[in-house]
Amino acid sequence: MTNAISLDRVRDPAFTRIVQERSGQDITTCYQCGNCTAGCPAGFVYDRQVNQIMRGIQLGLKDQVLSSNSIWFCLSCSMCTLRCPNEIDVAAVMETLRHMAREEGHVTVPRVEKFWFSFLDTVRAFGRSYEIGTMALYMLRSLRLTTDLDLAPTALKRHKLPFLPHIAHHQGAQAACRIFERYRKRAKAKGVRP
Amino acid sequence: MRIGVFICHCGSNIGGTVDCGKVVEIARDYPDVVYADDPMYTCAEPGQAAIEAAVKEHNLDGVVVASCTPRMHEPTFRRTVERAGLNPYMFEMANIREHVSWIGKDKEANTNKAAELVLMAVEKLRYNSPLLPKKFDVTKKVLVIGGGVAGIQAALDCAEGGVPVVMVEREATIGGKMAKLDKTFPTVDCSACILGPKMVDVAQHEKITLHAYSEVVDISGYVGNFTVKIRKKTPYVDWSKCTGCGACTEKCPSRNTPDAFNEFTGKTTAITIAFPQAIPKKAVINAPYCRKLQSGKCGICAKICPTGAVNYEMKDEIITETVGSIVAATGYDLMDWTVYEEYGGGKYPDVITALQFERLLSASGPTGGHILRPSDGKEPRSIVFIQCVGSRDKSVGRPYCSSFCCMYTAKQAVLAKDHLPDSQSYVFYMDIRAAGKLYDEFTRRAMEEYGSQYIRGRVSAIYPDGEGSYIVMGADTLMGEPIEIRADMVVLAVGIEASAGAPQLAEKLRISYDHYGFFMESHVKLKPVETNTAGVFLAGACQGPKDIPASVAQGSAAAAKVLDLFAKDKLESNPQIAHVDIVRCVDCGKCIRCCPFGAIEEVSIRGTNKAQVIETVCQGCGVCVATCPQGAIQLSHSTDNQILAEVNAICQS
Amino acid sequence: MKIAYYPGCSQEGSALDYGKSTGAVCAALGIRLDEIPGWNCCGSSPAHSVDSELSGALCVRNLDLAAREKADVVTTPCPSCLSNLRMAWHRMRNDAYRDSVNGLLDEPAAGELPEAISVMQLIGRLRDAEELATYVKKPLTGLRIAAYYGCLMSRPAKIMDFGDPENPTLMESLLAACGAEMVDFPLKTVCCGAAFGIPERPLTAKNSGRILELATKMGVDAIAVACPLCQMNLDLRQKQAAKAEDAHFEMPILYFTQLMGLAFNIAPEHLGLDQLCVSARSIVQRIDANAPNGGGA
Repeated sequence: MTNAISLDRVRDPAFTRIVQERSGQDITTCYQCGNCTAGCPAGFVYDRQVNQIMRGIQLGLKDQVLSSNSIWFCLSCSMCTLRCPNEIDVAAVMETLRHMAREEGHVTVPRVEKFWFSFLDTVRAFGRSYEIGTMALYMLRSLRLTTDLDLAPTALKRHKLPFLPHIAHHQGAQAACRIFERYRKRAKAKGVRP
Repeated sequence: MRIGVFICHCGSNIGGTVDCGKVVEIARDYPDVVYADDPMYTCAEPGQAAIEAAVKEHNLDGVVVASCTPRMHEPTFRRTVERAGLNPYMFEMANIREHVSWIGKDKEANTNKAAELVLMAVEKLRYNSPLLPKKFDVTKKVLVIGGGVAGIQAALDCAEGGVPVVMVEREATIGGKMAKLDKTFPTVDCSACILGPKMVDVAQHEKITLHAYSEVVDISGYVGNFTVKIRKKTPYVDWSKCTGCGACTEKCPSRNTPDAFNEFTGKTTAITIAFPQAIPKKAVINAPYCRKLQSGKCGICAKICPTGAVNYEMKDEIITETVGSIVAATGYDLMDWTVYEEYGGGKYPDVITALQFERLLSASGPTGGHILRPSDGKEPRSIVFIQCVGSRDKSVGRPYCSSFCCMYTAKQAVLAKDHLPDSQSYVFYMDIRAAGKLYDEFTRRAMEEYGSQYIRGRVSAIYPDGEGSYIVMGADTLMGEPIEIRADMVVLAVGIEASAGAPQLAEKLRISYDHYGFFMESHVKLKPVETNTAGVFLAGACQGPKDIPASVAQGSAAAAKVLDLFAKDKLESNPQIAHVDIVRCVDCGKCIRCCPFGAIEEVSIRGTNKAQVIETVCQGCGVCVATCPQGAIQLSHSTDNQILAEVNAICQS
Repeated sequence: MKIAYYPGCSQEGSALDYGKSTGAVCAALGIRLDEIPGWNCCGSSPAHSVDSELSGALCVRNLDLAAREKADVVTTPCPSCLSNLRMAWHRMRNDAYRDSVNGLLDEPAAGELPEAISVMQLIGRLRDAEELATYVKKPLTGLRIAAYYGCLMSRPAKIMDFGDPENPTLMESLLAACGAEMVDFPLKTVCCGAAFGIPERPLTAKNSGRILELATKMGVDAIAVACPLCQMNLDLRQKQAAKAEDAHFEMPILYFTQLMGLAFNIAPEHLGLDQLCVSARSIVQRIDANAPNGGGA
């Protein structure tokens, strides 16, 4: 009995195929040069580097890939895509993995998802994002009540945080809200947390 | 006609998906077929003996073998039927392996298709007639294009074999890339010390005529008799008078001339001798930088020259040579690495190519053999080597491996430590490809004895740190971490590409080249130095990335092919060539214009002009046959009647 | 040419100064921007991270509004908005995606949607360097400026079509036309840490710190930016970045439109200069000192 990954049993070829289909990328061409990792500005907080994520997809190690914190800390800056010698849109693969992880109910870094929801809630409410609202919702959701408190005095002094939300006029707010409602209905039907 | 048919099983290659016995049964009913059999391996000795026996026993006058591609075994079976007493062209081959058994799994369909292909061969054979080759004289002299180590080896081996050699070299000196190297792997011996004697041998060998600073402009003719036009570029110095004393280079005031031999790591003079061991050791004026040639003012070199060799009026000269064979040894160039903007694209002075690093290591280089940073002339303490810059990289159109960078990078890391004991080198690599004799041991030494830190990963970017050094952003995929290194110098193992002008030369030589401009060998495994044009052979990196041992081996191999060719006093032409029916020919000249080999000439026959095929030049391609508006040209062994017989066989069966 | 203007939410909130200076500079150049009536948020990164069709629908509604206003082109100062608008614009060519996005909208998008380009590209296309120079009243002579584009403006290259993705130079050419000395800034497209300042501070602090550190070492007077999030990370969060790098920075971070506006002699308050956390006073003083008649608006 060892702790090694029992590859023949754990491998999920369907996972490899689905990631490739949904991202539109041919991951078999990855030869593990590591250039994605070398240029990644978020690598230092990842538990698995980008090249290891790509390797995991090649091997069909679905759980290891989807439970990685890396896909949540990805900045979507596309440096990996730019530098890949095999012209794989690595950032698109990372995005696909985020979508798949959410569909599977794997959210390894919930506070990132909470931040997104806090932001999107303000867009749903006003048609436009609202910084103080986002912050307040995020602090409540994450229970990180001191987030960026150090910045508040300067931000307020420099008029960076308007107290009132800007509401999309000409029925824009309502139209945006309806987009969200339709999306939520669709997501619920697919069993994904909207 | 009495035809024998042999359906080869090729073990299970054909027999596995074709019912060979059934094909035999069907073939027995084909017209003129009097004998059919299905041997296990037709190309093996018993298989060939069976053909010979059948020819005699059944009084056959034509043979069909249905087996593999004719590329390998058509010559084999032609010799077999010849031994049996038939003309070798009373033979046809049906390809039921590549065209049938390897591409389909349906045995019944395969068997039917094989039978149809055999019918086509039988129907064509019924229209075959015996063909006889012509004999012609050979000019026993060889042209070697390129004076790098591969060309030098080919030239010396040919000359030692008694064959006169004409060597053409584009640069002012022979020696090629090897002459620029400081040391060579895996023995770390001095490149100039081992190449120098060979270069001198080229200069001194009575059978070798060297045209340096020259280029091939045109090639016509055919194996045994090529006519080659060579442009001798003007060096503005009469080389018959130049003694290579170097007085001109000392006095030339134009001291800011880019130094191509030193890979632009330093400056030189407008009149220059590439390096101390140059062969020929003659001066050349780099015209765009010469004050006299540009503005008419100066002329110091002419005044200083003790032999009066400098001649500003000198012009290019075209000479013609006739040779029987050609060895192409045009080597390689570095790809344009400045496409890597993430490495600075050439704007950071201390980010240099490995070949530039060689010039820094070399005692005859711009720093006298000291590793100094081009930016400030200081010794680097931290040197980063990056492999695969322009190799194995689809995004820059260079998906292939340059094959020798792993080894020279290890060598340079070793030499860096030798030169600068306090320095630390880091090598970013993807894989270490060290498959040659003593190669892996060498790369291990770089790590174990010389403390070179190998890091498995590519480098994403290099940028100046604002304090005179550079930040190298890489990854260590084995650690699974992004890695940053502060480097004083970065050396790029830049990938190689076919040398400039290779495709154009290939077209002059009428040989094939691949997508990247490397010349194509005739067979990847079994004819590595031959080309698809008889009499033209390849040596060195012009055929693909190659290190020195492989280039030298191929140079010798090409020479062996030349000596083999010249061992015969007369060559035989291929009789499968075009013939003009002079009754039908109206002298429109279309065939003359379309022939890619210049094999058709206009001749006067009883006072009327007609087209006529030069039998020894014609390659039997058939372009003229399709072009002739009068239908006046027929290609022996692929006549209209033969092709129609095949078409009818397949369409009416 | 009818230009539909999509300001983006930040230009009404944390980057009011970017919005102001964009408007002032375009007005000075005689470029008319018609704000899209009733525009909504593009959804920024959170929307596409959650669902690409949600992101698409939020963006397409805006492009569709612009199409109904008969706009030839949509322009936005914000790279994140630009990235989402362009991504949606590209993806709408895919039938399945278009059908799905249309299903989230009140009514399906009208046929041809206008392309979105950045305000920077718009200015570059409508006014060449020679023309720009004629608007310059107070040249930025002697100011060493690093242009910092951030990651989104030029990537992914196939979507953004912003010139050389390794080395964009548009901002340099605009500011050089205003007289500034533009340094070759190697980290110009390296990510600043984006929106992770809130959920994962070290991610933003480290990346912004690296940019600030190099710019400081290179001795630049200011970093010019084109993205509200980059501006916030480098300016408002400059102290956080300094702490992460164990360094001290005093680097003014100006929108390129603010620098252009100063060169055009637009009053600092109309450019929102008072909103900068790291003061740009020294910059303004040096520009005033350069002015032919000793300064003064």
